[in-house]
Amino acid sequence: MKITVAEALIRCLEREDVEIVFGYPGGAILPVYDALNKTVIKHVLVRHEQGAAHMADGYARVTGKVGVCLATSGPGATNLVTGIANAYMDSVPMVVITGQVATSMVGTDAFQEVDITGITIPITKHNYLIKEPDQLPAVVKKAFLLASTGRPGPVLIDLPKDVAQAKIDFKYPQKTELPGYKPTIKGHAAMVQQAAKLMTKSQRPVIYAGGGVRTADAASELLQLAETICAPVTHTLMGLGSFPGNHPLFLGMLGLHGTRYANQAVTECDCLIAVGARFDDRVVSNISGFAPAAKIIHIDIDPAEIGKNVVTQLPIVGDVKNVLKAILPHLEKKENMAWVDRIMQLREKMPLGYEQDGILKPQFVIEKLNEFKDESAIVVTDVGQHQMWAAQYMRFNEPRSFISSGGLGAMGFCLPAAIGAQMGAPHKQVIAIVGDGGIQMTMQELGTAAEQKLPLKIFILNNNSLGMVRQLQEYYCDSRYIAVDFQFNPDFVELGRIYGMEGYTVETPEKLLEILPGVLGSTAPVIVNCIVDREEDVLPMVMDGSNIDEAIS
Amino acid sequence: MKHILSVLVENNPGVLTRIAGLFSRRGFNIDSLAVGMTENPLVSRMTIVVEGNERYLEQLNKQLHKLVDVIKINDITRDAYVDRELVLIKVSADAARRAEIMQLVDIFRARIVDVSPKSLTVEITGNDGKVTAFEDSLRPFGIKELVRTGKIALLRGKNDSTKNHANKEEDEI
Repeated sequence: MKITVAEALIRCLEREDVEIVFGYPGGAILPVYDALNKTVIKHVLVRHEQGAAHMADGYARVTGKVGVCLATSGPGATNLVTGIANAYMDSVPMVVITGQVATSMVGTDAFQEVDITGITIPITKHNYLIKEPDQLPAVVKKAFLLASTGRPGPVLIDLPKDVAQAKIDFKYPQKTELPGYKPTIKGHAAMVQQAAKLMTKSQRPVIYAGGGVRTADAASELLQLAETICAPVTHTLMGLGSFPGNHPLFLGMLGLHGTRYANQAVTECDCLIAVGARFDDRVVSNISGFAPAAKIIHIDIDPAEIGKNVVTQLPIVGDVKNVLKAILPHLEKKENMAWVDRIMQLREKMPLGYEQDGILKPQFVIEKLNEFKDESAIVVTDVGQHQMWAAQYMRFNEPRSFISSGGLGAMGFCLPAAIGAQMGAPHKQVIAIVGDGGIQMTMQELGTAAEQKLPLKIFILNNNSLGMVRQLQEYYCDSRYIAVDFQFNPDFVELGRIYGMEGYTVETPEKLLEILPGVLGSTAPVIVNCIVDREEDVLPMVMDGSNIDEAIS
Repeated sequence: MKHILSVLVENNPGVLTRIAGLFSRRGFNIDSLAVGMTENPLVSRMTIVVEGNERYLEQLNKQLHKLVDVIKINDITRDAYVDRELVLIKVSADAARRAEIMQLVDIFRARIVDVSPKSLTVEITGNDGKVTAFEDSLRPFGIKELVRTGKIALLRGKNDSTKNHANKEEDEI
């Protein structure tokens, strides 16, 4: 029996075990929405397409599955762009489906026409414009394969309206042909042996773990590696949660706002083992001063990351889990006593910290959230000062428990990503930590959260300003502040109330401690407006052009 | 050093945009680019001439490999190869100087493909050295217009790389 391509698309999604799609309807995507009437797949109606993309992203990060979002042509598609770029930068598996004007109209500047495949070439792993109805099932199969394997990323499918309405004999392919796509999974055997040798010989090893550990589901292998060769572990923002935060070998984050002891350890180490990390400029700062004494082992599934930013002595291209598993049997248990002592000493000598003076400090809010949250809680942040404090002061023991916009640094990510996270993990506590700037970029999604009856716990670290930019102006523009202090902010408690949330305004440490157990224990959605000290800076901070061990604090 | 990359790609719409876009957004420069179908209609060959050191080439090679439509990349300057470029040159030629030009055309084994009262259009194929020498010797007459196809090249011997798709990452560690 023939079915429409739109119906076939939905059948394909069912075959890929898609449970939820996030989207916003419109003219060109009409046939697809019509087909959504006949499926068990849940559709979440968002308030703006950017929200749909971030929700699919948050959902994918929490579940490890491919996130799916839908939008119509033209403005619907362009509104997704920030969310697609965000997923691309952080290697999140996502399939994006957009409607397109009918094939006869393509290229005529038709109503709501935009060349979305052209626009998204640089921010997708791959994309497709479907011109022939028969192509669809194979394209969907390829899209899911590409999105979820190798180095994951978003894949976009642009579906013209007339193609969606055409009828085909539906058959979902078992296999698919992608002659140009063969990710290397297994590490090169000789390199694996050499790496093991180097690790064994090293007396001052440091492991630098990135988001690839989470993607490859390699947290337990990482733990084994660290314990076997007794190597302290520092992580990137994306690597948080991949190594237990309460482990004695845990060093915290490195780089621009990393702990001073992590940065010092990297500077002193004789062997740096980069696992699923990409030597981002926010990590490395001044390249010539980064790990100057170290032989660098770089394990990554993306060959293009090898040697892109720093020269490495020992590259291994492959799936992180697979490579670590191959290395482990070649290693012998060792102690590195002197090195571990040195790390202890560094940790005592240069601790993280801030001063309490009666005003509510943002770091204090984060610390207390860390103390009172569920062990299994998922923390979602926005971008800015609060994000860095969360990375510094919270401890995550589980992979996929810290969700943040890393590479793109997209303000407005938090609320929709938290919604996606909560939908992916309905029984877990989801805590959204966001600034008063970021929440106002996507706060229309409070409507989506209310509609879906999500018990989100939203903590606004409200300093009435764009704190991170303000801090940059303080250091780099001699405190000539411009366009960073809000002259007007809404009453966020009142705002929450309108959307059916409980709300509290917190101005003192005492008040925070008073409400926190109740808020986190509640089954209702809650918004907590924390009025925090505007003058607090994120420290330590590596100034532009400095080496990472020269951070100011 | 100049490198000639012979890139086999799936013959999909938009593949040229993907390749060209990659070069521009990652700051790689293209000296010349020639595209056409191969003996396999599903596969096109792009011959791209680029200039850069080893590290530059390695990064370019890896970034190109990341494009799903890219099947195989050969830096053919590393092996024995033949390369050719076709150039059309319209040169000023009144009756008085025509004979002199035709002599040059003979020497370089070029061909005259169009004649008008005031100009001649000449076709020449060859490698860089030959084409440049010819261009230099015509310049005194006044070159009115010139167009080059961009370089195309193949490895010497009996390589049939379009049929062998299985080794995209063979040289990766």
